[in-house]
Amino acid sequence: MLKKVFFWIAVILIAVWFLTPIVMIFLAAFTPAEDYYNPHRIIPSHLTFEHLYKLLFLLDGWKSIIISVEVALIAIGLSFLIGLPAGYAMARYKFKGKRAINLTILLTRSIPLIVVAVPLIVIYMKVGLSDTVLGVALAHTAMILPFVVLITSSIFSGISVEYEEAGMVFGLTHFQSFVKITLPLALPGLAASAIYSFIMSWNEVFVASILTLTNRTLPAHILNTAMASPDYFKFAAGVMMAVPAMIFIFFTRKYLISMWGISLK
Amino acid sequence: MARVRIENLKKYFGEVKALDGITLEIEDGEFLVLLGPSGCGKTTLLRSVSGLESVTSGKIFFNDRDVTNLQPKDRNISMVFQSYAVWPHMKVRDNIGYPMKIKGHSKEEIEKRVKWAANMLNISELLDRYPSQLSGGQRQRVAVARAIVLNPAVLLMDEPLSNLDALLRVKMRSELKKLQEELGVTTIYVTHDQVEAMTMGDRIAVMNRGKLQQVGTASEIYHKPVNMFVAGFIGSPQMNFLRAKTVSDGAKTILKGHGVDIPISSDPGLEEVVVGIRPEHIGLGKGEVSFEATVFFIEKLMSSTIIHATLEDGKEIVSMIPGDHEFKNGEKVTMSFSTEKIHLFDPKTERRIET
Repeated sequence: MLKKVFFWIAVILIAVWFLTPIVMIFLAAFTPAEDYYNPHRIIPSHLTFEHLYKLLFLLDGWKSIIISVEVALIAIGLSFLIGLPAGYAMARYKFKGKRAINLTILLTRSIPLIVVAVPLIVIYMKVGLSDTVLGVALAHTAMILPFVVLITSSIFSGISVEYEEAGMVFGLTHFQSFVKITLPLALPGLAASAIYSFIMSWNEVFVASILTLTNRTLPAHILNTAMASPDYFKFAAGVMMAVPAMIFIFFTRKYLISMWGISLK
Repeated sequence: MARVRIENLKKYFGEVKALDGITLEIEDGEFLVLLGPSGCGKTTLLRSVSGLESVTSGKIFFNDRDVTNLQPKDRNISMVFQSYAVWPHMKVRDNIGYPMKIKGHSKEEIEKRVKWAANMLNISELLDRYPSQLSGGQRQRVAVARAIVLNPAVLLMDEPLSNLDALLRVKMRSELKKLQEELGVTTIYVTHDQVEAMTMGDRIAVMNRGKLQQVGTASEIYHKPVNMFVAGFIGSPQMNFLRAKTVSDGAKTILKGHGVDIPISSDPGLEEVVVGIRPEHIGLGKGEVSFEATVFFIEKLMSSTIIHATLEDGKEIVSMIPGDHEFKNGEKVTMSFSTEKIHLFDPKTERRIET
């Protein structure tokens, strides 16, 4: 009995710990300006979409959402194009220097992007990539690629090579067998890592702020505009950032678990 | 259906010689078992025949077609994998029919053959299930059904029974053998289990360290092992090996070793030999060659008793006698064997000496 009580107290404490800031952000984002600055009110008299509307349409928020999505999609596409074969090779083949390569990939994760950002903008200015969607996408690819290589390699090593060999014995080429046998089996994990990559790109703010001036991704745009605005705008911006990520996680939580589950093997 | 000819096949992994010059011919419709300890190269040989492993040198022929450098898909083979490799994202029906689908057979034909194969393996009622809903034994049947659905030229099996429990293994052993005879398909079967090899194979190829040691029927390999490796590997418990000196006085030859005197009819022509005698050929009581031994350990299998004993100089000797017997540790017993049952080997080359 006592154990049960403590269990529920713990559950409530953890829920409150994580949910309070989110609830407060959402509340503040939809609170009218006069209620927000009224010290005697916590619960607003009514809810308003005014801040969100202004942010989206008067301050070009929708434009940066599109840019954010573009950047993320290009970055994911490029990372998977390069990272998937690399991850497959890491999982299936033995070759000289495999450990060294693995370690190097891991090391790149430990270098903060902000360190790379300044040299990067210098190069970008020379080749004409500064302030472009592609430029940010390339920088995000550099951030996502090591993650994709490591995760896909652990996903592929979780799938028995005999499935693929059986495909080859029964009439497929190696590549066909990869596409028709291994890929469908890896799909849940791959989908999860794609979504995780999306969120990594969606949340990245420093590089995007440094590399662009007019073509800003959503977080960079918010950092630039909302920081100079009243508080309720900041909260509305927070909602804009959080909602897509939350929706993604909600629909894909099963796959996310499977991704980490496989990688823990 | 095909005759398989392997000529001087070599496969090196860097310095390691996984296959070191294998030459072997397998008749059309024959059931050949590759037998050997782990790491002897038997699986590498099977994978080379399948095409999943490329070879360093040598040739593989199916009938008179050189398949050495063909992809697995172009060899008209099929395979049962150790882990079964039944594709988890397809229903049993689709698993079995997939080889036919790849090759572009019509739907009706696929349906007909899948039904036939499922019927052969007694899994007709499982066709609409996913592999995750099947037991290990059922998954294995699916793997075999998939392997036979398309009349392969050569059927390859890589330790297919090793993941089954003991009872099921015995049952599947006879079923697989019967199935192979019915289909008449040339089969290469890899195992490290000598009971499987003895009961299933038309011929057995014993391998060690990348080399073929002996190819022959179970009887040939048991009764006339060509060297000490084969003699020691086949048979359980392992054959006893006694070193002995040849003493000849003109009229007769006696092998003397570890206090045991073995008279033989013809001189082996060597000063020293290794005498091999199987535990099941050593009995209790006096006989042609008798000796005293001290029991130090017994294993009772009820249908038989395995006696571990030491000779007078401390050399261990193992005997297996039928029935359930009781011995005390330290008990002295008289044992004997017949000279007909001994095998002689050259201690240097470890090869058999014909007498």
